[in-house]
Amino acid sequence: MKPTKDLIKRRKRWDAIFAVCGLFALMIGVLTFAALFVDMALDGFGRVSWDFFTTFPSRRAGEAGILSAWVGSTLVMLTTAFFAVPLGVAAGVYLEEYAAKNWITDVIEINITNLAGVPSIVYGLLALGLFVYQFGLGQSILAAGLTLALLILPVVIVATREAIRSIPQVIREGSYAVGATQWQTVRYHILPYSLAGILTGVIIGMARAIGETAPIITIGALTFIAFLPPAPLQAEPPFVSFEWLFSPFTVMPIQMFNWTSRPEAAFQSNAAAAGFVLVIMTLAMNGLAIWLRYRLRRNIKW
Amino acid sequence: MSAPETHMSELLVTKAESRQLNFYYGDFRALKNINMPVHERKVTALIGPSGCGKSTFLRCFNRMHDLYPGNRYEGEIVLQPDNTNLLASGVDPIEVRMRIGMVFQKPNPFPKSVFENVAYGLRVRGESSRRGIEDKVEQALNDAALWNEVKDRLHQPAYNLSGGQQQRLCIARALATDPELLLFDEPTSALDPIATASIEELMHDLKERVTILIVTHNMQQAARVSDFTAYMYLGDLIEFGITDELFIKPKMKQTEDYITGRFG
Repeated sequence: MKPTKDLIKRRKRWDAIFAVCGLFALMIGVLTFAALFVDMALDGFGRVSWDFFTTFPSRRAGEAGILSAWVGSTLVMLTTAFFAVPLGVAAGVYLEEYAAKNWITDVIEINITNLAGVPSIVYGLLALGLFVYQFGLGQSILAAGLTLALLILPVVIVATREAIRSIPQVIREGSYAVGATQWQTVRYHILPYSLAGILTGVIIGMARAIGETAPIITIGALTFIAFLPPAPLQAEPPFVSFEWLFSPFTVMPIQMFNWTSRPEAAFQSNAAAAGFVLVIMTLAMNGLAIWLRYRLRRNIKW
Repeated sequence: MSAPETHMSELLVTKAESRQLNFYYGDFRALKNINMPVHERKVTALIGPSGCGKSTFLRCFNRMHDLYPGNRYEGEIVLQPDNTNLLASGVDPIEVRMRIGMVFQKPNPFPKSVFENVAYGLRVRGESSRRGIEDKVEQALNDAALWNEVKDRLHQPAYNLSGGQQQRLCIARALATDPELLLFDEPTSALDPIATASIEELMHDLKERVTILIVTHNMQQAARVSDFTAYMYLGDLIEFGITDELFIKPKMKQTEDYITGRFG
């Protein structure tokens, strides 16, 4: 038999080998993102300026900006959240707290999981037929918001369910034991305690939606747009206007797509700059998700 | 099984009575023809080895089993003075739980403030008078012997309290809505001996006002806190009697084996 020290040394070699392999695997992902991001930043950072955010696209690359794109993206995201959050949360709560545990529920569950894997272009085709033509919403912010809401609905539902499942059963029993109804239990316990998880899921879903191009192109977003939707707030009564919902629009990834398909090199810089801004927007949303989760969970312990 | 002859001078009043109670988890029959009274303003303890059905029996009293699919009751649990069969299909479990409070094995305060924990039962009943809620919360915390320890931090999170304080908070939560019967499911099994002693003392004080049914895995605890004890085994009620008599001269051999430690 070999001395113990040698044996340990030999066995520990596998620790080292795995650590190196794992690190390598990790680095492929991290470095790829870093390389892409740095390359894009180097190409585009020179174009990122105040004017870039406040001017419309133009035929002259040096004067083109992303005003209509980021306003469009923001409005579409607001619309998306407005529809996806209540629907997704209600569906998630229903499935976890109300639905009987039978095969119908199982089928619905499997379908929701599958829905998350449907290619986004399919949602675009559905939306083109349903929202744009059938409902007559046209190529509007509302149609785009509804489309992306459908797209992220499974993400919101799954996040809601995961968050609800992490609530210990004794909390529910504690609530029912004093005579609460199911709705009171949901209203006073399930929803508040799962809020952090739900918000995280919503924001991650939104971060995915903001970068979606295919379904938005399918429903017919314009690639060149030099005006803003009507303002939601107005000087004269009734002060609030929802006309913007029916306005044509463009979004960040489409603006990028438009610029990258131009032959002039100067437009490539614009595309890189827009990409840089889009990545920063996505990272900011993810950062917000992490911060919210931290803030809200601090007050909840079991 | 009839109520035991008592040497107590006072008159016993039945608060609740289980009659021919059977309970099924799916096809599994967990309780078998249980007949047992719960006497008013007394502490009744349920003892027996793990899996004997004592917690299952306790949770029939507030229809906790209704929360899960596949559970089925047979027989009756009659609550006095109105002679209501708690298990009847026409009786809403919410109505049952509004009359019967419960304290769980592990303290389960809600992740809310001390105040909101106690006020919860009042809020679900639609009580909206701020004054009324405040008075009731203070009274319940007093009754649970917790007021002096928490009166300066009513609006702090309940999980800042110690384990024993949390359990007394859960008792206060149950007391705030004036239950007629209070169920305790091994309330001290997650607590240290000092906290356990304070809960036991509290139970002793509480029985002046409320009927108590407690499940305990600890025979000494049953002997210390209860007036009546039921010994259960594999879903059967083996023996029910005055605690002192059951522990000193049990009628059944099985009970004797269990309490003397030869079994279980």
